[in-house]
Amino acid sequence: MSIWMITFVIVYFFAVGYLGYRGYRATQTAADYLIAGRKTHPYIMAMSYGSTFISTSAIVGFGGAAGVFGMGLLWLTVLNIFVGIFVAFVVFGGRTRALGLRLDAHTFPELIGRRFQSRFLQGAAATLIFVFMPLYASAVLIGAAKYLTQQLGVPYDVALFVFTAIIAVYVIMGGIKGVMYTDALQGTIMLFGMIALIVLTYSKLGGVTAAHQALTDLASQVPEKLAKGGHAGWTAMPKLGSPLWWTLVSTIVMGVGIGVLAQPQLAVRYMTVKSQKELNRGVPVGGVFILMMTGVAFVVGALTNVHFHRTAGQVSIAAAKGDVEAIIPMYLQQAMPSWFSVLFMLTLLSAAMSTLSSQFHVMGTSLGRDLAEQSPRLRNSKGGGMLVTRIGVLVGILVSAYLSYGLEKAFGKTGTEIVARGTAIFFGLCACAFLPMYAGALWSRAITKAGAIAGFLAGAGSSLFWLVFVHEKESTALLLCNKLFGVRSLGIAMVEGKEVFLRAGKIIWAFVDPLFVGLPLAIAVTIAVSLFTRKFSEEHLKRCRLGRTA
Amino acid sequence: MMGLADPWVFVAYLLCILSALLCVGWGAYFWNREEEEVRQWAVEEDK
Repeated sequence: MSIWMITFVIVYFFAVGYLGYRGYRATQTAADYLIAGRKTHPYIMAMSYGSTFISTSAIVGFGGAAGVFGMGLLWLTVLNIFVGIFVAFVVFGGRTRALGLRLDAHTFPELIGRRFQSRFLQGAAATLIFVFMPLYASAVLIGAAKYLTQQLGVPYDVALFVFTAIIAVYVIMGGIKGVMYTDALQGTIMLFGMIALIVLTYSKLGGVTAAHQALTDLASQVPEKLAKGGHAGWTAMPKLGSPLWWTLVSTIVMGVGIGVLAQPQLAVRYMTVKSQKELNRGVPVGGVFILMMTGVAFVVGALTNVHFHRTAGQVSIAAAKGDVEAIIPMYLQQAMPSWFSVLFMLTLLSAAMSTLSSQFHVMGTSLGRDLAEQSPRLRNSKGGGMLVTRIGVLVGILVSAYLSYGLEKAFGKTGTEIVARGTAIFFGLCACAFLPMYAGALWSRAITKAGAIAGFLAGAGSSLFWLVFVHEKESTALLLCNKLFGVRSLGIAMVEGKEVFLRAGKIIWAFVDPLFVGLPLAIAVTIAVSLFTRKFSEEHLKRCRLGRTA
Repeated sequence: MMGLADPWVFVAYLLCILSALLCVGWGAYFWNREEEEVRQWAVEEDK
């Protein structure tokens, strides 16, 4: 640990503190605290959206996964940019902003609740966020605390406490303005860090084509276990229908690529700008940002194989002794100049803090604005809105910190594995539970209150069932399936004491993401129930910009 | 192509760059191309 690293980290924390203070000074009303008064600059909005979306796990975890799977992961980057930015801002963003303004909604659950005139939906959506988001936040928090422990040599508990406390102060005091101002700084640091990483990597390996060719030439070095799973080299897609193909395409590419559209902490960003023009101006910022984040992480992750093969005669996963998350840090330590370690340290700190601050904020608004303030006692009281939400944020932070600190202590290795699946669980659940009714809220006159509620329950219920009992990554970690049925997934049968994956043609059920089951079911239930239940009045639909002449 | 073995990976690599360029083009084209009434209406109705 160098004096430079300590100096830069201290300067960075002071800069974050200053921007958090600026956010606090600019926050006068509940609307400021929740949606930044709907007047955010497009650069700040787009960088905040991007840096919230990209956490340390996207860079280190998914970068390491690219070291195993190869550059086929770039399909996720295509979806991240096209769906996660272009479709999100241009198609969903404008409608969400306009509807939020018309219904005077300040949070994602409030938008859904008012559009479908259902306090139940507002409360249920907020409950789902508040119950499952701490798991996602813990996954990010643990990653950041472990990284700080490695880099600065401080104990894990101290790193966890200090890191959480710094974020807590500026989120609780500064609200969404504090979050977005700091996000913009953090996103800018991340952009510089990742640009430097791709330039240094390509130049070290002899240029773009030479680096790719060297990686292609390593196809014969694929470990036997991966080759059996369908791995065909790091510059090729896995064999169609193989377990690796299903994991890559269904979980990583589709699960995360589509799941992003229904993330409440991202959807609320559309409501923070003044008009569609600001959203259009945010599109190029977001598109380039995501290209430089996941695009660079996946390319560099795959190319680490060339570096490790040249220096140690091994591919990345072997050099990292099987630890996927160690691939990127090991590569940086060995292959990058010493000045880069300081920049990358700040990049990862920024990635973690920008994601966590938004998670804490949305947990707090769910508990404060959508649940506590909707209770009969507080519903008609005047004022106190910001205080209730601030208390909600504090509770959300404490729950996440407890999970990060206590889950491993209480459940040992199982606790760690549950948290590690936190991101995938939250993304899958949000897509299945929220996406059909969210899209229906923006575009459809035909979706009824009963249809939205039924679709929400079907999506949440079916994806939870699939996560707990079928999708082997989660069902193995959660242990419940094993306790009840004696197998770690219902997609696995025991034949003569050996595990056999159940198939239907090319489909291997244990590898099919919950999104492929929960989302179609939720859409079907939403439409079916809406066909037979009472429609909204023309007056309400007009108010929601869905009138016959709108 | 570009040293990549599988055309599908090459297409993904290309689409990443093209998607980002689409975003840049969209922003450039629309850079300079209903609020208070709506907000007031919403607040009144909510009251």
